[in-house]
Amino acid sequence: MSNAPLLEVRHLRVEFPTRRGTLLALDDISFSIDPGEVLGVVGESGAGKSLTGAAIIGLLEPPGRIAGGEILLEGQRIDNLPYDQMRAIRGRRIGAIFQDPLTSLNPLYTVGRQLIETIRTHLPVGEQDARARAIRLLQETGIPAPEARIDQYPHQFSGGMRQRVVIALALAAEPKLIVADEPTTALDVSIQAQIISLLRRLCKEHGAAVMLVTHDMGVIAETCDRVAVLYAGRVAEIGPVRSVIHQPRHPYTSGLMGSIPAMDEDREQLLQIDGAMPRLHAIPPGCAFNPRCPQATDRCRRERPDLMDAGATRAACWQVSVPAPGA
Amino acid sequence: MLAFILRRLAQAIVVMLSVAFIAFMLFQYVGDPVTSLLGQDATLEQRTQLRRDLGLDAPFPVQFSRFVGNAVQGEFGLSLRQGRKVSALIAERFPATLELALLAALIALGVGIPAGVYSALRRGRFGSQLTMTLSLLGVSLPTFLIGILLILLFSVMLKWLPSFGRGDVVTLGAWTTGFLTVDGWKHLVLPAITLSVFQLALILRLVRSEMLEVLRTDYIKFARARGLRDQAVYFGHALKNTLVPVITITGLQLGSLIAFAIITETVFQWPGMGFLFIQAVQFADIPVMAAYLCLIALIFVIVNLIVDLLYFAVDPRLRIERASGH
Amino acid sequence: MAVTPIAQTPGALARFLDGDVWYSFRSSPTAIVAAVIAFVCIFCSVFAPWVAPHNPFDLATLDLSDARLPPAWVDGGKGQYLLGTDDQGRDILSGLMYGARISLLVGFASVLLSMVVGVGLGLLSGFVGGSVDAFIMRVCDVMLSFPSILIALLIDGVGRAIFPDAHETLAFGVLIFAIALTGWVHYARMVRGSTLVERHKEYVQAARVIGVSPWRIMVRHVLPNVLGPVLVLATIQVAAAILTEATLSFLGVGVPPTSPSLGTLIRIGNDFLFSGEWWITIFPGAMLVLIALSVNLLGDWLRDALNPRLR
Repeated sequence: MSNAPLLEVRHLRVEFPTRRGTLLALDDISFSIDPGEVLGVVGESGAGKSLTGAAIIGLLEPPGRIAGGEILLEGQRIDNLPYDQMRAIRGRRIGAIFQDPLTSLNPLYTVGRQLIETIRTHLPVGEQDARARAIRLLQETGIPAPEARIDQYPHQFSGGMRQRVVIALALAAEPKLIVADEPTTALDVSIQAQIISLLRRLCKEHGAAVMLVTHDMGVIAETCDRVAVLYAGRVAEIGPVRSVIHQPRHPYTSGLMGSIPAMDEDREQLLQIDGAMPRLHAIPPGCAFNPRCPQATDRCRRERPDLMDAGATRAACWQVSVPAPGA
Repeated sequence: MLAFILRRLAQAIVVMLSVAFIAFMLFQYVGDPVTSLLGQDATLEQRTQLRRDLGLDAPFPVQFSRFVGNAVQGEFGLSLRQGRKVSALIAERFPATLELALLAALIALGVGIPAGVYSALRRGRFGSQLTMTLSLLGVSLPTFLIGILLILLFSVMLKWLPSFGRGDVVTLGAWTTGFLTVDGWKHLVLPAITLSVFQLALILRLVRSEMLEVLRTDYIKFARARGLRDQAVYFGHALKNTLVPVITITGLQLGSLIAFAIITETVFQWPGMGFLFIQAVQFADIPVMAAYLCLIALIFVIVNLIVDLLYFAVDPRLRIERASGH
Repeated sequence: MAVTPIAQTPGALARFLDGDVWYSFRSSPTAIVAAVIAFVCIFCSVFAPWVAPHNPFDLATLDLSDARLPPAWVDGGKGQYLLGTDDQGRDILSGLMYGARISLLVGFASVLLSMVVGVGLGLLSGFVGGSVDAFIMRVCDVMLSFPSILIALLIDGVGRAIFPDAHETLAFGVLIFAIALTGWVHYARMVRGSTLVERHKEYVQAARVIGVSPWRIMVRHVLPNVLGPVLVLATIQVAAAILTEATLSFLGVGVPPTSPSLGTLIRIGNDFLFSGEWWITIFPGAMLVLIALSVNLLGDWLRDALNPRLR
């Protein structure tokens, strides 16, 4: 794409001061998202996926804070904005969807009230117009009889329906980017596919890009254009989804892909990667993956690799031949 | 909803009956019902006659039901200490206590809730920490000491406000009120503040901790992520979610104000039911104690019922059935 | 921080000192100050006969010419009576210590009683379940809807009616029982909740199948889990119990007059308020507040320290 990227994250560092010292939860994360693109962010629990999303929308829970790097939205820095300006961006230019639809909605207000409130906060429309918009949004997200259901309370919706309402709320002010943090993890498997395809379709229709945070590779494969693999607060590999899945260049990514059971293969045992992801206070020097890596060399144990050009993708690994120009 | 009300009513009746039972036991085995009806100076023949007349040789359930029957009509016999009808004594003093409790409740709510909200929203700031310290002081100071300190400051040293009695009251039918005269108000101020302090501190701490809990929820996080203004997030969403569970506890606490008035009335020589009760306890005046107990139980049960109905009205999850859908 | 080698598990004391609770204490100046104040008060009251400068109850040592003296720093005060004297010549400071002794005794005793009863009933209710559980919970509901002061007053009044010429120890017993009755409900509910949770876990079922006695299961597994919150509750209740006792004594229905607690002293001093001898009532009052406040602060800190979510 020749357009400038919609979102650029450059060398983002997020730290947590604790009484045992300062922990670096995100260590030099860089990636970009183009307008209308769906970027998957995948990794194990604790790898830093949700933190990345929280940092982007400016809702890092204290004492966590951004310790370095930049976040740019349409070329403008947003990581250092005063609270009020960031608030205006939230919802209007960046929308968010969280994991648990059961707790994402205020149980004491009708769905309609929450929708209308969001619409009128960001768009200069009157009550009637906002209501009409809200009904249209509900309809788009596949909620039957929206004129009636708009005045119902969240507990009157099932889990899948509630997540549709959440999606409607996130899209209400027409943002250009949606940060979706594990949007289907809390749903029944049978509903997951519906919600994911709904999300994909709606964002395409509204022209919004999506940063899809999840640990489910299946969802990534179905939905995303590109994917970033996070490990121990760093980006291990990033590239087009087909390439990362079929020709992974980083040993961690290969391990991940290898451990996914396939329907058409006969295997005695599930493959797994030995060891576990290191805790934040015990990240080894050099490449964070080196203790578990079958191809680790001395250099891997001493020097930390930046993202390097590895053909179709970019991987943070010394075993990949050519270092990328100007990372 | 109807089932809910019926269930609560049934519970209320159970509570009232148990309290009546305790009061009845007091009468039968602790106090002497004959003495309480005839007074201390009755002759032996009078007592025996009364025993037969009253059917005190009748079986237990009969006596109990008669007691309940009397109690419902407000008939508790004579006070051992004063020789007057208990019901008359209580009726005389009820307005004083009720007015005091109402004013204290208003102060506790009117100051406690905003202060609690403030200290939750401005957490960590000096004003909030000061408020929390003061509230801790409020629950560490016994009510009677607060009364004494206020008297020391405003009556003895500054001589601004009176320290005992109700002052000039206006009689409206069966009710006497201190709200219609300046003197009445002057007398109300110190006792009302004294009575309100403990409840105020409790309400403040409760509202604060509830609000902090609410501010941590996902739906508040989502509201912020949608870019809603602070005012909308805090006062539109968080406040309402905070106040709903607070209603129940606050209601119960305010009901207990009537009982806590005992202490305040003693310190300020306030002519209310509480003062009457203390004198009854000191004198072992069983009929008065029993009557007071039943009345308090009744007030409690009514307050509980109102609070439950309020909760019902405010929380849609209770009102409307959960729907199934997909 | 380097990764700790798994060679040896440190002892219990070492673990405690390295743990979050002690750290939270060390870094909270209010907790430390409160603990010091509480300790000093408790120490003075427990060792009152040795620490107090005078014995206000030994009639032989009283001198009526020393009556109604103001505190030492006010004109007319005497150095040996640091906080002044009352109308009988009794030293206020010593009275404070002896009075605190009684207050603390009643406070701790009643909390201990209500804790034992409450925890026991909670365990029983949660483990046995059924109608026993339902009954106990109903009783709790009814008791909770009554303010503590009323319950205490009632018990005391009934006690007076049944035993009109009560022996001193009996009077104390009734008082402690009355205050304990106001507090046991909270323990019962808390422990019952935890017991219910544990009871349905598989290891409990397995133990029952083997034949391990249910009490043993409860004591070994449920109690340790619930100890933290119970301790927090107990701390806050000690303050409440002390205040309740003071209130009852102030109202004249608490401790017998021969063993005055801080509440009794305040009541006595109240009569002298209008004649300007404020110290007779204010100092006992200050002592009472100091004790209650420091215990409350400790309870607050303990609750925050043990709350995993606030760490």
